[in-house]
Amino acid sequence: MSYPVPADQQQPAPDLYAWNPWRNRPRIEWPDGKRLAFWVAPNVEFYELAPPRGPARASWFRPEPDVLHYGIRDYGNRVGFWRMADMFDELGVRASISLNVAVLDHFPEIGRAMADRNWELFSHGVYNTRYQYGMSPEQERAFIRDVRDSIHRVSGQELAGWLSPALTNTPETLNMLAEEGVVYTLDLFHDDQPQPVRVRSGKLMSLPYSLQVNDWTGLHTGAGTARDYARMIRDQFDRLYAEGETLGTVMALPLHPWMIGYPHRWQPLADAIEYILGHEGVWHATGREIAAHYMTHYHDRDVARLFGGTDGR
Amino acid sequence: MAVDPSYMTYAHRRPGMDHDLYEPGYLPDRAPVLWPGGRRLAVWIVPVVEVFPLNMAPQPLVPPGGMTRPYPDYWNYTLQDYGNRVGIYRILDALVARGMQSSAAVSAVLADRYPDLLRDLLSAGCEIIAHGRDMGTLHAPHLNIADEAAIIASVRDRLAQATGQAPRGWLSPAMVLSHETTRLVAEAGFAYTCDWVNDELPYRMTGPAKGLTAMPLGYELSDLRLMLDYRHMAWEYERQVQDALVFLLAEARRVNAGRILALPLHPWLVGTPQRISALERLLDMIAAEPDVWVASGDDILSAWEAGQ
Repeated sequence: MSYPVPADQQQPAPDLYAWNPWRNRPRIEWPDGKRLAFWVAPNVEFYELAPPRGPARASWFRPEPDVLHYGIRDYGNRVGFWRMADMFDELGVRASISLNVAVLDHFPEIGRAMADRNWELFSHGVYNTRYQYGMSPEQERAFIRDVRDSIHRVSGQELAGWLSPALTNTPETLNMLAEEGVVYTLDLFHDDQPQPVRVRSGKLMSLPYSLQVNDWTGLHTGAGTARDYARMIRDQFDRLYAEGETLGTVMALPLHPWMIGYPHRWQPLADAIEYILGHEGVWHATGREIAAHYMTHYHDRDVARLFGGTDGR
Repeated sequence: MAVDPSYMTYAHRRPGMDHDLYEPGYLPDRAPVLWPGGRRLAVWIVPVVEVFPLNMAPQPLVPPGGMTRPYPDYWNYTLQDYGNRVGIYRILDALVARGMQSSAAVSAVLADRYPDLLRDLLSAGCEIIAHGRDMGTLHAPHLNIADEAAIIASVRDRLAQATGQAPRGWLSPAMVLSHETTRLVAEAGFAYTCDWVNDELPYRMTGPAKGLTAMPLGYELSDLRLMLDYRHMAWEYERQVQDALVFLLAEARRVNAGRILALPLHPWLVGTPQRISALERLLDMIAAEPDVWVASGDDILSAWEAGQ
């Protein structure tokens, strides 16, 4: 059965990864025999008031200037970020920041606050109003290097992870990330464990992020209260923790300071994180640390098993 | 395939904002303010009294509560008008019974359409915030600047004439703005705007908006956000406002700096029989808290300015 597609709309359909059903998988064991790797991934973002129009879509919900939604997002940097930092300090959370690197330029104080806490900084592009859609390979490479250099300059860290700005991609993004030395992508949502990704050369793995247990979906598109969202987080955790005993699982908690920084949302979220951290089988780590453990111990095993031994292909 | 090279250049990528209307400011760095009597939390109650014309244009967007059905949309028109006939009186009675000060954001045409209601707001002790001409007159980029300036001036003058006092605060209908609105509001002599929902404390605006203070009316905890956008139940709204109150009081005590809890109240939402008792319970909780100062936006602004 084929579905006719006009020739000018035909795009390649790359085989991104291997079929690997949840049944009968070999186990992943996290350090010290832990069963679930838990990482917290706040998106620290800058949305421009008057961004240029890209090829694919408008940046804002309302006719520009969309001051209402700009204000909501700017709240994250003026107020929400700092509340979040207090919460993480109090709970002992080591964050992995999905960063629009322009934040480092606009708000150097936020850059310092993150670097001082030794939070991992990974890429969420430059601005959340500039998308990767439509970039040429040369442009995309320059874009990746801009992000990598910006993070290194402020924190001394090597860029390891990539969540495309507003989750926008070209067909070359994943190949390009591997070529530029990025270790893990967060743009694929197909699994609850790390998986190898097929790339043209080098190595790339996917690390579980979440569009389901994400404050944006829990609180905004899903329109839950903070208590509803906290319940989602606990349910997600309970299940992954149980399955982690035999499989080894990853739970990501993606957040946005402009959603969780509000007074009416603070306590339920803090309680949910505390609940997770109170389990002895939890390895609370950064994205980079989880990725490194997987790459060191399991990536080649999975490539051999899933791709028949050919490296990433 | 390539994007235009201009798409990968960033004219504003440097310290500061990407516009000149205000500068960055971080909550932990803000000058600490305590409210009169050393109280920690100012509660700013803002009934939002809006007039939705039956024949409002659907462009550039339909504001929350606007006419979404084919003309004549009696459904939405009368639901909103209910707020100005019935719901607002439930809210005012609840406030007056507890001796609570508030700020009513009103469409200027209220002065002509329901002058008795405007008088009732004044006799309930409400400060009047200018909330545009009506909900069919949005300050979106389709207006030319001279027309927009004329609308702002006429709103200011109509409310000044009807209430005996020029309004000090401005709230754009549906928080829809053009690139010039904030400058024009500053030039029209307003002291504060509620359009920038990016903070929990007042801050001074800059550049073309110099002279104006942004007041933190907010949006995420508003009745509109929670009970219209998110379809939360009144008891969920109540619980979240309680959570905010408890959190803000604790934070204010911990850092020994005042905080503000703003409560926008749309009478067509909160003023309905099934929701009003949730508001009344909240007001009782607020009234019982000795560390709370219930005040108008104008009074909060004055107290904040005195602490700068």
